[in-house]
Amino acid sequence: MGSFVLALYMNLTPRQKTKIYITSMYVLAAVVALAVGLLADWERIGRNFFNTEVMRDMFPDVIFIAAKNTLLYTALSFSMGLVLALMLALMRLSSIAPFRAFAMVYIELLRGLPALITLIFVGFGVPIAFGWSIPGGTLGTGSLGLAIVAGAYMAETIRAGIEAVPKGQTEAARSLGMSKTRTMFTITLPQAFRIIIPPLTNELVLLIKDTSLFFVLGSTPGTKELTKFARDFLNSTKNATPLTVAAIVYLIITLPLTYMVRRLEKSAAKAR
Amino acid sequence: MTETQPAIHVKALHKSFGDLEVLKGIDFRVDAGEVVCVIGPSGSGKSTLLRCINRLEDSQAGEILIEGEDITDLDADVDKLRTNIGMVFQQFNLFPHLSVLKNLTVAPIGVLKRDKAEAIKFAHEMLERVGLAEKASAFPAHLSGGQQQRVAIARALCMQPDMMLFDEPTSALDPELIGEVLDVMRSLADEGMTMMVVTHEISFAKEVADRVVFMDGGVVVEEGPPLDVLDNPQTDRARQFLRQVKEH
Repeated sequence: MGSFVLALYMNLTPRQKTKIYITSMYVLAAVVALAVGLLADWERIGRNFFNTEVMRDMFPDVIFIAAKNTLLYTALSFSMGLVLALMLALMRLSSIAPFRAFAMVYIELLRGLPALITLIFVGFGVPIAFGWSIPGGTLGTGSLGLAIVAGAYMAETIRAGIEAVPKGQTEAARSLGMSKTRTMFTITLPQAFRIIIPPLTNELVLLIKDTSLFFVLGSTPGTKELTKFARDFLNSTKNATPLTVAAIVYLIITLPLTYMVRRLEKSAAKAR
Repeated sequence: MTETQPAIHVKALHKSFGDLEVLKGIDFRVDAGEVVCVIGPSGSGKSTLLRCINRLEDSQAGEILIEGEDITDLDADVDKLRTNIGMVFQQFNLFPHLSVLKNLTVAPIGVLKRDKAEAIKFAHEMLERVGLAEKASAFPAHLSGGQQQRVAIARALCMQPDMMLFDEPTSALDPELIGEVLDVMRSLADEGMTMMVVTHEISFAKEVADRVVFMDGGVVVEEGPPLDVLDNPQTDRARQFLRQVKEH
């Protein structure tokens, strides 16, 4: 019987085989979806993840405190990280060997460590060791911690961008008598940043999500970001709906950014 | 003294890329107001020589005097010397993120500290000179290759240099666009600009050059008035090269 079916299958044309393959995959997907739909406890899922009462209780704080803090932490980490990254990238490409070595070690070290370790180091390691904590509370400490990490990643992005600007650009600028520094800031960097806007935006999206690590620094009601806010809400309501709300808010922030990156990459590919 | 002092005076110049010696003792000069065309097969070192002259490449031995000042000297103010040497590249190398006008004014304002309004006015004059007065606000990507190269020439002219270096300025152009660039160069030569032109345009060299230099294998093989070098070469290498060029 089996060998008969097999023989039948072998006699089909490639086009028929493809048709059978695609049809069977669709059938499989439909069966799985149906099984999930029938077997899942929808009432329970609705009550625990989409509880409108809990949702209502979360507003307006989820927006005006949690989301606001997430955005604030991200903005500060990103801008400090960008400045740091630019300095590291320029050091990485410097003709001074110790600068290059420092930047390389820094970048490899910070990219190789979990961001959480760096945050704990900045938040607790430094105060314990030196009796001195970074000013600005959660905002200052956490943002600096993330900036230190993001700077390492973005430094590599910026370096790649600088190296992607054709050598002829530097030569033309230098032949007009521009100094190395002026060439870098008026000719090379403006072109490099155009190239790296998509990867930098990706870095921004990663940072938005990484601000959830701020929980480790402790928080007051006013300094909670989205994840911490949702988790505390979950604890007090014994309901998982806050996670759903937090997830939706994250996506409202990140999806337009990732969409923008895709558009930018497509138009950049077209321009090339 | 200043009358006899050449604009560019290269003495016993040696240049290597790693183990590869590209320039094997070049003696070369361009007098003020002179147009010198450098020809030769690819790999002969002619572009390298030109790039050494404004120190886009460092040389290992020898001197390059720009109006008497040695640009290879480590104490030389290279940036300042370069402001006096206009350079036109094979690939144009316009700044794509700047408008044509900004391309022309970025160095005069930033480097020469010219007054902004004055620099803009002068840039418009130079654009007119290369026949592109109406393109001031365009971006390089919207110009044809020939137009880009003319803007590049105007950009160099905006620094009001005493001399101009051209590195195969028409080699990257479609054949129908070469003429417009050569026309601009011809008019520059007519106005007495000191020019060193690395080129494959033999007829341009014949018509415009005061002197033609034939390079091969990192040395100057032959030089003299264009009619002598181009129509009656004395060396086998020059004869062979010119025969090949003329066949195309």
